[in-house]
Amino acid sequence: MAQATLPLSETAAKPPRRYAGLAVPILIFGVFAMVPVLAQFGTESFLLSLVGRVMIFAIAALALDLLVGYGALVSFGHAAFIGIGAYAVGILSKHGVEEAMISLPVALAASALFAWLTGIVCLRTRGVYFIMITLAFGQMAFFTASSLAPYGGDDGLTIASRNTLFGVPLLENDRFFYYLIFTCMLGTYLLCRAIVNSRFGRVFRGAMENETRMATLGFEVYRFRLAAYVIAGAIGGMSGFLLANATEFVSPAYMSWQRSGELLIMVILGGIGTLNGAIVGTAAFLLLEEWLSGLTEHWKMIFGPFLVLMVLFLRGGLSGLADRIFGSRSRD
Amino acid sequence: MSTALLIVQTLNGLQLGVLLFLIAAGLTLVFGVMDFINLAHGVQYMLGAYLAVMFYALTGNFFFALVCALLAALAFGLMLEFLVFRHLYGRHHLDHVIATFGIILFLNQAVKFVWGPAPLTLPVPEMFTGSVVLMPGILYPVWRLVIIASGLAVALLLYILVSRTRIGMLVRAGATNAPMVSALGVDIRKLFMIVFGFGTMLAGFAGIMIAPILSVEPGMGDTILILAFVVIVIGGIGSIRGAFIAALLIGLVDTLGRSFAVDILRLFMAPSPARTVGPALASMLIYLLMALVLYFRPSGLFPAKGR
Repeated sequence: MAQATLPLSETAAKPPRRYAGLAVPILIFGVFAMVPVLAQFGTESFLLSLVGRVMIFAIAALALDLLVGYGALVSFGHAAFIGIGAYAVGILSKHGVEEAMISLPVALAASALFAWLTGIVCLRTRGVYFIMITLAFGQMAFFTASSLAPYGGDDGLTIASRNTLFGVPLLENDRFFYYLIFTCMLGTYLLCRAIVNSRFGRVFRGAMENETRMATLGFEVYRFRLAAYVIAGAIGGMSGFLLANATEFVSPAYMSWQRSGELLIMVILGGIGTLNGAIVGTAAFLLLEEWLSGLTEHWKMIFGPFLVLMVLFLRGGLSGLADRIFGSRSRD
Repeated sequence: MSTALLIVQTLNGLQLGVLLFLIAAGLTLVFGVMDFINLAHGVQYMLGAYLAVMFYALTGNFFFALVCALLAALAFGLMLEFLVFRHLYGRHHLDHVIATFGIILFLNQAVKFVWGPAPLTLPVPEMFTGSVVLMPGILYPVWRLVIIASGLAVALLLYILVSRTRIGMLVRAGATNAPMVSALGVDIRKLFMIVFGFGTMLAGFAGIMIAPILSVEPGMGDTILILAFVVIVIGGIGSIRGAFIAALLIGLVDTLGRSFAVDILRLFMAPSPARTVGPALASMLIYLLMALVLYFRPSGLFPAKGR
């Protein structure tokens, strides 16, 4: 049973909502767009960097949801792509290349290449074995980064300044940088939506539900999965590019397996196979972490049981909860 | 590179191997029989070590502490099963991951809360202190030999239990096809509870035995959990035999890799890059091994599922 494809959760099995589903993303993106306006009245730089961080991880979580929620490909090494994207920025910057128009394509290409090479091996396996083999490649990336002595090794690498855009230091402006991240998240969301609803996406989703049927229909399932895996990897690289610019620091810790686990938790917390859930889950996870850790040093003793109760009583994560509350309305 | 070092490191590798086996055995059975991913298995190992330290402080007798800690670890594991896990059987694997991850967060922080963040130590029991002379000039700590011997004894006991007794037969049947076993009239809940309790106790036992060598600290279960998962995936999920062979393999490869990677690399490379690449290569050796095994045998070396 363990080798079989993972069973579908209730949310993942539902057909995608077409028009009624627009309200939630408009609300989500509306809130994110409004943050800088509201932040003027509070501690602006803190809020912008906190919410910016949420959006950066939401980008990676969206890509992960594409794999987990629509392909049952539970990747436990997704942080590696973030790390590779971040290291692309760090290493180029160390050699004096600080132009985003160079480092972003390099970050995307490097993470896509890593996804393609590892995907060829990983996608031979199923279910739990897939989880573990993606973990293995994630760990290899982690240890490789730790051994990069010229680039800081274990200690990581400080980046002198944020990337320039067409030679202009636009990213140094916090508000500009915030909206850059926002645009990237919106673009990622629209791309993932488009993929899910395309012919490609239908084959990919079909393969999750019944691989044999898809193969019988004449689709080479493996190639569809590999393509999706490479896309998700490249998106992770973009997230890493933004993260390196936001923190002006890269370290092997970006690729640790704990980070990959947290990304999975974010996606599951929001509800897999919804895309909206990936963003909501990331925001819930990071903001709850921020809030609780401000309350008490032992915040994990609250956060842990919260996760357990969530699973016991809320099926389908936060999206499942929202569906149940607004259930009658959101179904057209 | 001397023979003495090779012998000592091989024994260290064996010791890590049997330790991994103690943890992986429970993990692979819970996974294989109950189809349940228990990430909290690592914190049960940590809890075993902490409980042993606590009972040792109370009684001052290692063996008394061992027995008490084992029973307490068992009771705690059964409580977790009753409160949380039992409601999750048959649910999506990702639900298992998030719930048991929550338990890891809670317990790692809880031990910090109760026993403080500083590492604790447990002394080696008096009758096993000191070292023995293996060969002229090679000393080896007695306690490590005790760990190896007790690990092998547990492996033998498990082998007899699983292959010779009725309950073992049910466990094997459960790992192959659990719904069928249930359909044939076996009380699968009771079987699950026995398997789970036994797995918990083995993990606790591993924690207690290693406590005198390692420092007992929060988060000590996390790294070993990942290694145990590597072991059960290489061995094939649900297979005790696979777990045993894979555990020894991983223990030896990891330990020997770490001690000799730089020396071996220096045969082909300049000393300075060898010193940089060696430790990184040694750390990723077991993951390379796992990727290779899964590439050629996507269900591990000894898959238990009869499909």
